[in-house]
Amino acid sequence: MTTSSGAQHQTLSVLVENRSGVLARVSGMFARRGFNIISLAVAPSDDPRFSRINLVINVEETSVEQMTKQLFKLVNVVKITELHPSEAVERELLMLTVAAGANQRGEVMELVGIFEARIVDVSPAAVTIMLAGEPDRLDDFEDLIRPYGIVEIQRTGRVALPKVRKAS
Amino acid sequence: MKMTGAQALVKSLEAEKVEVIFGLPGGAILPAYDPILDSPIRHILVRHEQGAGHMAEGYAHVTGRPGVAMVTSGPAATNMVTPLCDAYMDSVPLVVITGQVSRSFIGTDGFQECDTVGITRSVTKHNELVMDPAELPMLVRQAFHLASTGRPGPVLLDVPKDVLQAEIDFYWPSDEDVAASLPGYKPTVKGHPRMIKEAARLISEAQRPVIYAGGGILKARAAEALRELAERAGIPVVTTLMARGAFPDDHELCLGMPGMHGNYTAITALQQADLLVTLGARFDDRVTGRVDAFAPYAKVIHVDIDPAELGKIRQPDVPIVGDCRQVITEIVRALGDAPQPERSEWRAMISGWQERYPLHYDPYVAGDALKPQQVMEVLRDSAPEGTILVSGVGQHQMWASQYWKFNEPYTWVNSGGLGTMGFSVPAAIGAKVGRPDRTVWAVDGDGCFQMTAQELVTASSERIPVKVAILNNAYLGMVRQWQEMFYEERYSEVYLSPDLPDYVKWAEAMGCAAFRVEDPDEVEPTIAKANSIDDRPVVIDFRTDAREKVFPMVPAGASNDDVVVHPAQSTSTRKVVQ
Repeated sequence: MTTSSGAQHQTLSVLVENRSGVLARVSGMFARRGFNIISLAVAPSDDPRFSRINLVINVEETSVEQMTKQLFKLVNVVKITELHPSEAVERELLMLTVAAGANQRGEVMELVGIFEARIVDVSPAAVTIMLAGEPDRLDDFEDLIRPYGIVEIQRTGRVALPKVRKAS
Repeated sequence: MKMTGAQALVKSLEAEKVEVIFGLPGGAILPAYDPILDSPIRHILVRHEQGAGHMAEGYAHVTGRPGVAMVTSGPAATNMVTPLCDAYMDSVPLVVITGQVSRSFIGTDGFQECDTVGITRSVTKHNELVMDPAELPMLVRQAFHLASTGRPGPVLLDVPKDVLQAEIDFYWPSDEDVAASLPGYKPTVKGHPRMIKEAARLISEAQRPVIYAGGGILKARAAEALRELAERAGIPVVTTLMARGAFPDDHELCLGMPGMHGNYTAITALQQADLLVTLGARFDDRVTGRVDAFAPYAKVIHVDIDPAELGKIRQPDVPIVGDCRQVITEIVRALGDAPQPERSEWRAMISGWQERYPLHYDPYVAGDALKPQQVMEVLRDSAPEGTILVSGVGQHQMWASQYWKFNEPYTWVNSGGLGTMGFSVPAAIGAKVGRPDRTVWAVDGDGCFQMTAQELVTASSERIPVKVAILNNAYLGMVRQWQEMFYEERYSEVYLSPDLPDYVKWAEAMGCAAFRVEDPDEVEPTIAKANSIDDRPVVIDFRTDAREKVFPMVPAGASNDDVVVHPAQSTSTRKVVQ
């Protein structure tokens, strides 16, 4: 699968001990070994002792195998799940503020409607929109909104879970 | 039992059976130095914190137990970075304790504050800032467990001053507690049975096999197992710089050191092999030369305790994660009694190379300076049984590895991966502390010696009688060699002077016996004199020939097929198969 940056990517779901400095260990290892991180999201897991790091990595230059092995050498890394795009449900959240005065707001609202996004803030000259969904869909939305003038944009980086096995 | 954090720290070190700490006190670590006075643990007061780290490494190299160093915060911690990185590169088990400013000062740029765990994160196997005094004993146990199991390495504990001063209830955790406290740490020691069977099959079919033995053999205490495998299967063995002594040099199957300055036979055997049995080695660039031209005809069995080494540089045909000793023993078992191929052609090729391209240097000519290789040979031949050899980094290191005969494991201590100049004097002191029953010779260059020589003051005052042979060619010799060969003899910033400093006076000022040797006839008697001195360190200033270069040599980035032999040998045609 190709991301908006065009790179071959894969998602690693990394369960780590919930201790200070663990994120620095993970990101530091990637920097030192010259591995590329495309996006990263961290949050507590259902067990307070552990956190979950969702890493989207560029696998064009380094094998995912070498990255997971180096990751696993970190003492605080407990478990790594490789989520191939075809076997994972991936979502991301985007918020953007677009310049939309009275005469453009209708068109912007139309796009919001098509994408099932939400308006979370509005002023006479601009609206702030939130959209959660598959990263590709966020890319499409961003492309269509851009001509109106994006004032500010923030994306969370993707989170992923393995697909649930359907009962046969 | 109630006690201070400092007392708990020292008590924990005692519980880990630490016999010696190399260290130097200062502000933040002060509380820990008070209980040291009442502890049976020996403390060796160094003159520079880097020395403490390398001493701990030397100790760990020869004993196999984690070396322990303790220093204060800030500059002491930054001085420890080089030994930590050195130990990390060479998988040496260390436990380093640094002081830190009190917890409430952390982050305020307090006096002698630095982000020690941040700075050392990428050069340690693991590190921790101790924020909860009650965790101290557990973190010490974890540190020793992590340093000495799996792929060994350095572990650092950064302990704030007020954590040392706090009162805690001492509790010594059990093995189960430690395992439970490290949910992400479970090194694989047992090799996969199917892979072991496959390895045995490849070995039994190989016509031109070579065992490529690395430092992992020594870390896994697997020298015996290696010998069993080599003899059972009749496979020749190369020992990398980190594995010298893991297989006896006087064994008929031993080919010696491969790599950039390895011998012709070891290099070429790897190039022509159809199977590499890679045991605890990591395809370092100094061994492989140009990677895509390395051992082009060989299938690869790769055994390592660190899964990340398998496929990092060279994709193995048979990857085996596990402890070298266990895996080798299993491979030997899997080989059973089945006959091995005859391989007489391979043996003939190898002995042909050995005859044609032995190590060679130009003989001494009257009026010239000493030949460094000859000094090494005399030192070797005069050394008492069981002598431990330590070296710095550079030409002298390569000559030491080439000309010594290592017939016993744990008799060679050097800085391989990081290539740390100045390693030898402190590492030799640590080695002598670990093995006081052995003679310890440090071979050093004049450039290296000037980096850490002050630790001879430590050696004198602590009565640690190490011996140092300086191969003094008045140059940064290896750099000079590269400038001669690859920079058209444009010598830039490599001249050091043979007389400044005056090594004899300097050594004497540091409490050592000291000699200078310029005459080849004096080499042997002076070494004999040094060998007889056992009440203080000895330094010999050997005046050696600066024009001598280390041969053979594979130029950086070149294929191992293009090894440059000594000019006197290079006219004969080199014959290769295929």
